[in-house]
Amino acid sequence: MRVTVTVNGTTETHDVETRMLLVHYLREIRGLTGTNIGCDTTSCGACTVLLDGESVKSCTLLAAQADGEEITTIEGMAAPDGTLHPIQEAFHRHHGLQCGFCTPGMVMAVASLLKEHPDPTEVEVREGLEGNLCRCTGYHNIVQAVLAAAHSGELVP
Amino acid sequence: MSAPVLEDHAAAGVVGTRMLRREDAALLSGEARFVHDVVVPGALHMAVVRSPYAHARIRSVDVSAALGMPGVVAAMTGADLAAEWASPMPCAWPVTADMQSPPHLPVALDEACYVGDAVAVVLAGSQAEAQDAAAAVVVDYEELPAAVDLEDAARDGVLAHLGAPSNRAYTWELAPDPEAVRRAFDDAAVTVKERYRQQRLIPAAMEPRGVCVVPQPFGGEYVVYSSTQIPHILRTMLGLTAGVPEERIRVIAPSVGGGFGSKLDVYAEELLCLALARRLRRPVRWSEERSEAAQATIHGRGQVQEIELAADADGRVQAVRVHLLADMGAYLQLVTPGVPILGAFLYHGTYDVPAYSFTCTGVFTNKTPTDAYRGAGRPEATYAIERAMDALARKLGMDPAELRRRNYIGADKFPYSSVAGLVFDSGEYEAALDEALGLVGYEALRQEQARRRSDGATKLLGVGLSSYVEMCGLAPSRVLASLHYVAGGWETATVRMLPTGKVQVVTGATPHGQGHVTSWSMIVADKLGVPPDDVEVLHSDTGVSPLGLDTYGSRSLSVGGTAIALAADRLVDKARLLAAYRLEAAPEDLELSDGQFAVRGSPSTSIGIGALAFEAFTAHDLPEGMEPNLEASATYDPTNFTFPFGTHIAVVEVDTETGRVDLVRYVGVDDCGNQINPLIVDGQVHGGIAQGVAQALYEEASYDERGNLLTTTFADYLVPAASELPSFTLGRTVTPSPSNPLGVKGVGEAGTIASTPAVVNAVVDALSHLGVEDLEMPVTPERVWRSVGAAAPVPGGAR
Repeated sequence: MRVTVTVNGTTETHDVETRMLLVHYLREIRGLTGTNIGCDTTSCGACTVLLDGESVKSCTLLAAQADGEEITTIEGMAAPDGTLHPIQEAFHRHHGLQCGFCTPGMVMAVASLLKEHPDPTEVEVREGLEGNLCRCTGYHNIVQAVLAAAHSGELVP
Repeated sequence: MSAPVLEDHAAAGVVGTRMLRREDAALLSGEARFVHDVVVPGALHMAVVRSPYAHARIRSVDVSAALGMPGVVAAMTGADLAAEWASPMPCAWPVTADMQSPPHLPVALDEACYVGDAVAVVLAGSQAEAQDAAAAVVVDYEELPAAVDLEDAARDGVLAHLGAPSNRAYTWELAPDPEAVRRAFDDAAVTVKERYRQQRLIPAAMEPRGVCVVPQPFGGEYVVYSSTQIPHILRTMLGLTAGVPEERIRVIAPSVGGGFGSKLDVYAEELLCLALARRLRRPVRWSEERSEAAQATIHGRGQVQEIELAADADGRVQAVRVHLLADMGAYLQLVTPGVPILGAFLYHGTYDVPAYSFTCTGVFTNKTPTDAYRGAGRPEATYAIERAMDALARKLGMDPAELRRRNYIGADKFPYSSVAGLVFDSGEYEAALDEALGLVGYEALRQEQARRRSDGATKLLGVGLSSYVEMCGLAPSRVLASLHYVAGGWETATVRMLPTGKVQVVTGATPHGQGHVTSWSMIVADKLGVPPDDVEVLHSDTGVSPLGLDTYGSRSLSVGGTAIALAADRLVDKARLLAAYRLEAAPEDLELSDGQFAVRGSPSTSIGIGALAFEAFTAHDLPEGMEPNLEASATYDPTNFTFPFGTHIAVVEVDTETGRVDLVRYVGVDDCGNQINPLIVDGQVHGGIAQGVAQALYEEASYDERGNLLTTTFADYLVPAASELPSFTLGRTVTPSPSNPLGVKGVGEAGTIASTPAVVNAVVDALSHLGVEDLEMPVTPERVWRSVGAAAPVPGGAR
């Protein structure tokens, strides 16, 4: 079937298999491999992207469901000149990543979380990210990064 | 949380500072490439047909239906592939001369020995086509009785392998003076005998494994992309096992999404992709699914431990006696049999114990093979001794902190020759304990605990201590030889300056999240006086780093980092000779500071190391006999292990009505010697704590009685999320290691080693006045709730 999807501001139309998942569409058709696949049960959140500004797990949507929608992936977060988004910058400054495999999904989940809770408590951050697993950081520095990003004054609501 | 001692140390340069990581930008922007992201046109996708039975005779495998499926190029059985293997899959650690190791082929021939054992492979144009066709492979199995439970298997009731003499892989003993142990137990005022179960764990690196093998255009050479911790070891083992000359294999580990030991192995899928690429002359790739990872990637732990302590009336431990059963799983993977042995020397923990004996029997079961998982043997050892010390404290009616203090190896005893035959390099165990007690507010917690108990509160407070020492920095090659490990423990490095004054560092260490690029560039930046950003670190590719022994066992800094420092020193030595020639001064009169060689007392007479690099490159005017270029290599074989230590304290709230355990506070004080980058040290400790807490409270690879793995997804296997963990309070003491010139010890596994017993001790501590003395891991709400119901209160409410 034909789908037209805007990804990181660029709109393209492709023929895809009906059963193709959004994450495979992003990785294989659009060549955006920053979005990772870490499980097959929608548990780990490595594949989290934004669909019209809200976080979704792209392994749980069909490409067809994104037809006509706007998707933001990790590749769309930094400014065109490469300047990191404040959330990315906060992860860097607070050592909120180690192997980096969960990081793209984590950053996208944080973007959505901070949109809903611009001034979250630590508990809200921890609960808000419970759909995203990280095996390296113990979450300590991720939580610090999210709180710092929220308080940086650089996030556009 | 920061490391105050190190800030002074940092004054000379970047080493010791919390420099932000140079790896981050690529990982944060999505530019980093993991194996699954590597685009290889024309690659065939492999799917593996796996046994659904824990133990079965394979009567026949019919791939004809699969061959007719869309996109399928090949489908092969174990027999079809048997001629591809020059030898069975490797085990590099025959711990005893009589160790049994059943032949392990990448695809089984006539007997499947665990759920997940490969029985056929399918190759197709896409992953989906390969998976669809794999489902069409018809295998006629005759299910056989399975050896599932470790202790049952040890009794040989059911054999895990047809025709094997028994399920015993080996029995390994360390008993320097059995008579002394017997005497100590005979004479003891107090003894404790504890039995603990180390459940199996699934490492669950967030990136599942992946392999892609690309034949090179001129024939006979292969590039192997693999999500591995060990590209160098893998190259050698692939060559030996698949019969490909080693020099024709180039292994590249691109970005690797965590390993924790699970990617320290030589796996069937790596061998299969290589052999099939050779056979079909096409690129072959495989991407592991998560449910597949649960079965086909190694598990960790899996032990039944019996530990006995003999103490005098003052609580001074006089002897430790340990008997282990260790679950090997169905086959011996790369270092499976050696994992318990890595713990064998540490069951007396941080304590000055005069008599010691240890035996371990490795046992085959019809389950996924076990192998090294973060800490590998040392978390198990630390768990046993630290749980047993709490049991002893309860028996003596003594505060667990006081009991530990009384038994520590004193700071004046280092280097300390342990009863198990090691020489502990340096330590100040009491300082770490004091720091931890202070940070957690120990006395106030004990008062609060008593208050809640006397109020009859249903949310009880528990405080759990764990003091640990581990041996890491694997390893002196001669010691590895004495343990029958087939390789050495050195590491290599090359440091070279390029014509423009930039620096390349080539290392045999292989990062997968540890921040090596940052740390190595810091070491070299300070040695050479160049900015860290001018130092490029080349790693994880046997094409650019031909020799190395890779990353595991918290070895990268103390072994690999030392090699880098030595190579940098040699480069500086050569640069000094050239500088002396240019400045017409004696080499010993030159000082190197901020990248400038200057004549002592005459700072204006100087030349920069970058200028020297250019002169060495043009080679127009070098001293007689000096070779062009500034480049130096070093291979460092450590003289000893390193012995990081520390004390961690967990504080839990236990709800006696629901069994729920909340980890409300966590303090970790670690001493890993000098720190190159305390920011990275903190991160390693955080992650390690989380993994140890996960073993204590959440995770278990569960099997049913027929050997079916029940926890194959993240819905069943509870890797903790942010909501299950608190923030951690870290402290640090700094006792440099005298064993290497950097004075470093290693910190990759410390958190995992320390945290598991701290948490379980805390839960037992919360309930001890009710008569609860032990809880099996993971300490689930159900187990807690049942233990409260079954417990008989201790008279007088003693701890």
